[in-house]
Amino acid sequence: MIRLTVRQFRTQAWVAIAALAAIAITFAVTRPSLTRMYSASGIAACQASNDCGRLAAGFIQQVRADSAYPILYAVGVVVVFLVPAIIGMFWGAPLITRELEDGTYRLAWTQSVTRTRWLAVKLGLLGLTAMAITGLFSLIITWWDSPLDQAAGLGSPILSNRITPLLFGGHGIVPIGYAAFAFALGAAAGALIGRTVPAIAVTIVIFVAVQLVMPNVVRPYLIPPAHTTVAVSPGDAHWVSAGNGLLITGSAVIPGAWVVSTSGHTYIGPAIRILRTCYNGPTSTPACGSAFASLHAQLLVTYQPASRFWALQWYETGIFLAAALALAGFCFWWIARRRLG
Amino acid sequence: MSALIRASGLGKKYGRTWALRDCTLAVPEGHVVGLVGPNGAGKTTLLGLAVGLLAPTLGTIEVLGERPAAGPAQLARVGFVAQDTPVYTRMSVADHLRLGAWLNPGWDDELARRRIGQLGLDPKQRAGSLSGGQRAQLALTLALAKRPELLILDEPLASLDPLARREFLQGLMETVAEHGTSVVLSSHLVADLERICDYLVVLVASRVRVAGEVSALLASHRRLSGPRRDLRTLPAGQEVITESHTDKQTVLLVRTGEPVHDPAWTVTPVSLEDLVLAYMSRTNETLARTPPLGVAS
Amino acid sequence: MIEFQLDETSGVATYLQLVQQVHQALRMGMLEPGDQLPTAQQVVAKLAINPNTVHKAYRELEREGLVRARPGRGTFVTRSPSGTDPAQQARFLAAMTDWLRSARAAGLGPDDIEAIYRTAFRDCFAEGVA
Repeated sequence: MIRLTVRQFRTQAWVAIAALAAIAITFAVTRPSLTRMYSASGIAACQASNDCGRLAAGFIQQVRADSAYPILYAVGVVVVFLVPAIIGMFWGAPLITRELEDGTYRLAWTQSVTRTRWLAVKLGLLGLTAMAITGLFSLIITWWDSPLDQAAGLGSPILSNRITPLLFGGHGIVPIGYAAFAFALGAAAGALIGRTVPAIAVTIVIFVAVQLVMPNVVRPYLIPPAHTTVAVSPGDAHWVSAGNGLLITGSAVIPGAWVVSTSGHTYIGPAIRILRTCYNGPTSTPACGSAFASLHAQLLVTYQPASRFWALQWYETGIFLAAALALAGFCFWWIARRRLG
Repeated sequence: MSALIRASGLGKKYGRTWALRDCTLAVPEGHVVGLVGPNGAGKTTLLGLAVGLLAPTLGTIEVLGERPAAGPAQLARVGFVAQDTPVYTRMSVADHLRLGAWLNPGWDDELARRRIGQLGLDPKQRAGSLSGGQRAQLALTLALAKRPELLILDEPLASLDPLARREFLQGLMETVAEHGTSVVLSSHLVADLERICDYLVVLVASRVRVAGEVSALLASHRRLSGPRRDLRTLPAGQEVITESHTDKQTVLLVRTGEPVHDPAWTVTPVSLEDLVLAYMSRTNETLARTPPLGVAS
Repeated sequence: MIEFQLDETSGVATYLQLVQQVHQALRMGMLEPGDQLPTAQQVVAKLAINPNTVHKAYRELEREGLVRARPGRGTFVTRSPSGTDPAQQARFLAAMTDWLRSARAAGLGPDDIEAIYRTAFRDCFAEGVA
């Protein structure tokens, strides 16, 4: 059964290996000069945070100025996000539907192997391969990105930290969980729907939906987030009317962290009347500036610090692996029911 | 003698339609069984239930004494060729033989290779580019080489030209003679089955109409023709299968255990094809008048 | 070795056709005592019929005393049907063939020849009926 799975899977395997090789070679070849730029910038040796922030910003600017590196970086991010989705669509969905559509299930399930064993080997072998391939993609990209991630972690305003939603899913081990989930999702959709194209469509839709919901609804609370208060800087203060007073909000930057949300406070009092006239914000006039300063406006920041990156990765990977197992369980239940026409 | 297929009140429903109903059979081992009926009668459903691709809605079915697809051992005892002989179009003939070897512990590779050689199939050719007859032969080879006790074939002759049909049946009968394999094959044409079957099951509109050894069926059915007659005057042992009347003449096809002595009748034997057609054409009226049919053996 | 044919339209049971063909072959001298009949496997590989039919035919021939089945070796002819002499049969076959050839040369068609034959056959065997 293992040999049959390998034989039937040959084309997809070669495509994956070719893509992996292309990425590996491209990124391996371009990494050395990135390393050189990084060591030249002196970030490795810096001590005080002020100095580090400046050095980091300088390094990142240098990389951005290069013609190829920003593109490579973007490609890396996109690739690691895409690989699980593609696996779900092209490895998972056709697993069962191809046999159903071609009618070959009538050949495959009347040999001397029970259909449960047939499914177990296919799901197991292909699922593990999917996870391994995605892991390798992620490993290559994460390795290539590490100088930039270090720099971003020191508080560069240009490049997002790897813990932020846009980059989180493309780093570390979480893509492995995504791949397992997308693969099992594809297989389950295929089993339920029975036709390849609709199954691929449903897989993609659900996978994207989950990827949108996860960072916004679930991930912030996987570990209870940290809280802190910071002063609202005049430069990025905003306000809206709230009853008698003003709700003052702003933005916060914590080096290396993922700011989940910020909330301001409502202030009342004489200073408010002055501020209501400051249409260009606290910096419009000196009177506006002192009125604002008198408020000592504060922001409650909810955030996940950089140190939690790996913890969040493990939790989220665990969740997706559990979901993948549940979906695989569904596939076994479905195949045992024999409701085929 | 244990039964090849034993079904009891077997029924299969799809949505609101019954594809098979009240199917009770006890097909004895060591036979070549023909399953005959018009398209849509339920033949594929019955065979699908027999190989475990379908689960019954009602009733039970046992094949070679075990539940279909109960485990690897039971699966190894039954070989199946589905309608339209599905094959993996992108895999070669040799790949299919490897598939057989990998998935069947009882695989007889020598038999498979010899047969492929005799058939003149190119092992490297992709299965998708084989002709209909060649695909049927490949599918039959896969089923034969796993050395099953029972071969189940769903309409294997339907898309074959006469030469391919003959070659298929030759190979099949040779295997039966050599290994004592039992066979169940379905068709909507009686002529296909007349040569080779010694047990017959007629399936019409999802019900079994008659089942029994061919020799017994032929011995127990007669065509009676004579002057116009009221059917209520017939003796009790004669069951009318079909009747047709003109104003002067009555022609009946009856099933009876004893010889017909009434001198008014001209008695002639019935061919298997006419027998099957008679059961297929039984109207609901005739069915209502006669008691339900038992199994002839 | 004898090769069997099957006439599907004749209305005669298959096994009986096989029996009759063995009788015929024995009469014509094509089968002699000691010859082996084809195995069931060989017969069905050519005719595509149920092997049980072949077994039934061979059992009938064995019952008639014309053949004997030797387990593991095959089925062999023991003797000819009584009252026939293969050499004699061959002589009459030759005579008939000559007659047919001259009838054809004289311009008689198959229907004419058949009519002549049937008339003569009827007359000849009608004499023998009491």
